Amino acid sequence: MDLAVLWFGIVGFLFVGYFVLDGFDFGVGMSLPFLGRDETDRRVIINTIGPIWDLNETWVIVAGAALFAAFPEWYATLFSGFYLALLVILLALIVRGVSFEYRHQRPELAWKRRFDWMITIGSAVPALLWGVAFANIVQGVPLDAGHNYTGSFFDLLNPYALLGGLTTLMLFFTHGVVFISLKTDGELRERARALATKAGLITIVVAASFLLWTTLAFGTLASAALSAAAAVALILSFLANLKAREGWAFGLMAATIALAVLSLFMALFPDVMPASNDVANSLTVANASSSQYTLTVMSWTALIFMPLILVYQGWGYWVFRKRVTRAHIESSVAASH
Amino acid sequence: MNEFLDPLLLSRWQFGLTTVYHFLFVPLTIGLSVTVALYQTAWVRTGKDEYLKLTKFFGKIFLINFAMGVVTGIVQEFQFGMNWSDYSRFVGDVFGAPLAMEGLLAFFLEATFIGLWIFGWDKLPKALHLATIWVTAFATVLSGYFIIAANAFMQNPVGFQINEAKGRAELTDIWALLTNKVALAAFPHTIFACFMVAAGLIISVSAWHLSRGRNIETMRISLKSGLWMMVGGGALTFLTGDSLSLAMVQTQPMKMAAAEALYTTAGPASFSIFTWGTPDGVSELFSVRIPYLLSFLSTHTFDGQVEGINNLQAQYTATYGPGDYTPLIWVTYWAFRYMIGLGILAFLIAGIGLFLTRKGKLPTKKWIWKVAIWGMPLPLLAMILGWVFTEMGRQPWIVFGLLKTQDAVSPNVTGLEVLISLIAFTVTYGILAVVEFKLIKKAVQAGPAELPQADAETGITRQETTVY
Ligand code: HDD
Ligand code: HEM
Ligand code: HEM
Repeated sequence: MDLAVLWFGIVGFLFVGYFVLDGFDFGVGMSLPFLGRDETDRRVIINTIGPIWDLNETWVIVAGAALFAAFPEWYATLFSGFYLALLVILLALIVRGVSFEYRHQRPELAWKRRFDWMITIGSAVPALLWGVAFANIVQGVPLDAGHNYTGSFFDLLNPYALLGGLTTLMLFFTHGVVFISLKTDGELRERARALATKAGLITIVVAASFLLWTTLAFGTLASAALSAAAAVALILSFLANLKAREGWAFGLMAATIALAVLSLFMALFPDVMPASNDVANSLTVANASSSQYTLTVMSWTALIFMPLILVYQGWGYWVFRKRVTRAHIESSVAASH
Repeated sequence: MNEFLDPLLLSRWQFGLTTVYHFLFVPLTIGLSVTVALYQTAWVRTGKDEYLKLTKFFGKIFLINFAMGVVTGIVQEFQFGMNWSDYSRFVGDVFGAPLAMEGLLAFFLEATFIGLWIFGWDKLPKALHLATIWVTAFATVLSGYFIIAANAFMQNPVGFQINEAKGRAELTDIWALLTNKVALAAFPHTIFACFMVAAGLIISVSAWHLSRGRNIETMRISLKSGLWMMVGGGALTFLTGDSLSLAMVQTQPMKMAAAEALYTTAGPASFSIFTWGTPDGVSELFSVRIPYLLSFLSTHTFDGQVEGINNLQAQYTATYGPGDYTPLIWVTYWAFRYMIGLGILAFLIAGIGLFLTRKGKLPTKKWIWKVAIWGMPLPLLAMILGWVFTEMGRQPWIVFGLLKTQDAVSPNVTGLEVLISLIAFTVTYGILAVVEFKLIKKAVQAGPAELPQADAETGITRQETTVY
């Protein structure tokens, strides 16, 4: 098998992992203004992702490093080309990350509220911009013969890409709200389910339009099939949520995101970064990849360690499988006084 | 384009600034994760309350610090592509591998197990919970190895060949890359230096409490462990620094010449502790010198020949074509001296501290405590200067002998864009530095929590089941 193609698949897998996992973290962060009625609720919400958000975020670090190792040209073109967009994503991730840690360091409500807002913004911005970035990759951007991006930041904000951004924003939002209904109890759980229904309707409309546009403009048979599957999974997730089958709703949401991302990767293949001005300048799996030796070394590393990684991460999730309740928070408040 | 908006200059400032900032948190993470693991082990084995208190207390500081290490690390990884795309194109085939391995082998492990440690007090059996902090500590040290191996390639490129057609370096031998002699020397040196940094914090914190008569029983233990860690870590840092010097002279003789501002080849060569000269260092007015020391550091013989800058400059011009191959001498000269000097100072303070606290005594003089409290940043400063020396001493190369820094910068990123990001990072990092400092100070001054809050048998604080 062609190792470059294998690594295209591995990079795709890592981004699927990132969007499925950090996706619900973003949704949880964005849901704070909607679901967090009082401090106890907000703490319940944040604690649902407390032990795992850092782990989930690590997926993007590994995805980025895998891109660097397996497709240096792609990494270089993409990261320098989308310079300002990535800067904004980085700043948002910084703000979100430190806010989780900082909000509980002081008792004053005003302090906590400030960081709640920073968590919400720090979640919404990357949720939007990752979609914009990936839609632009699929659509293609102007590249010169040296594979350098020649457009500007504002060229990235075209209608197709913005729809892509709106799609990831809504998918992650719903994903996060469904996650909250799965991980909490009582009245908050009910409210999360109701919100998931409303958000789900909008998500279906937005995501379906984006996937349809993708299929018509850039689709292949494989990407079309994956898009269709994603749409089906999304609708089933919506129905499961209506029937209060939270585990199913969450699993199907995860499947939706995974299938949608895979569909984008299939629409891209065998390019990795098509040049919109001149196909001769396009980056492809073949011309952007590392040498056979590097790919072989990396393949062995991934082959040996990936299963292990999945096992211990799965175990980590299993340890924290219980729902977080108001009672937990209230007893911890009582104990600290 | 005016000089102010030079993307190269701005990118260099940004990279230097963000890396130094990242590295303010990394050594504490590495040093404290191991220390906390040791305290918790002592608690599990002896059941003494003091060790549990120390575990929780330094664990809290460790966590506040950890978050910053993570968020600033992502910036580092993205910047190679964002600001140094031609560098990434040139070395990605080689340099990407250790970075990806770091992610797969170390970061995933670290991120999973630190979550289990923080939130797992009431969910895991005692021994298993202890194991999670050890795995975290192991993973932080491992990540240090991979990143240093990557950095070592820039200092001493090995295990590659140049592919002319593709215009890039390609990996030919991963083991050569991972066992680069510069990496093998730099890794222990950095790790032991990290212990010095953590020891600095532990000593300072303990001294603050003890000098006020607070938490005596607990802080007595941590003071002792901090002092030992500083002395032990210091001795090992010096030893490994010596082997690192040797590796450096063999691979980048210009750096050692620049470290001593040695213009003409000499043997035996002396080492100047202090020089007062013209600002460019070209001529010397006054200096304090230790005879033979430079020869010894460079060659492990007392009369070994050390090549001078002028010689090397001529040699490099012959090999690589016309150009300036000399780094900024005043930076390398002073950074090298202060790294060593501040480190020795911290080591001596800790040594005297051990003497003063022998047999359970505690000093009573105020100024002694003041020295202990304010001595904390010395190893951290030494550490930063060590990196400034390493990185600036390599200039004008970004990858020694293969690629110059000026050819590595992203050709399509404008000066304005870099200026925007430089300002954004500076402002964000500046604000965070203030918040971070205040929070750590507050946690430090609050001191270890009293145990009734925690269950002395299981170590569970109510707080921990829902940390945030
Ligand atoms: C607490 C910090 C600290 C202390 C006390 C020292 N160092 Fe150091 N040194 C570092 C922290 C450091 C570092 C972690 O900052 C560096 C930067 C890159 C590296 O691998 O370690 C470093 C680099 C560095 C280099 C440059 C390597 C290169 O560029 O290839 C040399 C030659 C030395 N050190 C030698 C010494 C000697 C001889 C010391 C004392 C006798 C010493 N260091 C004390
Ligand atoms: C091990 C990982 C590291 C790698 C891969 C690395 C790589 C680089 C790169 C790519 C540059 C930019 C090009 C240049 O200006 O030379 C650079 C410069 C720089 N780095 Fe490092 N670095 C590492 C560690 C560090 C650390 C830990 C510090 C300090 C705490 C540091 C301090 C600097 C400084 C001050 C510069 C600017 C030098 C200059 O532009 O003259 N580096 N490094
Ligand atoms: C310029 C080069 C560097 C890059 C690209 C880089 C990258 C990163 C990244 C992406 C993270 C976040 C990982 C996470 O989410 O867990 C991180 C954290 C870390 N880095 Fe760096 N790093 C650099 C320099 C260094 C150096 C020189 C060292 C040590 C010798 C180091 C040691 C660590 C450690 C121990 C952590 C984990 C602990 C923490 O997050 O504070 N890094 N780094």
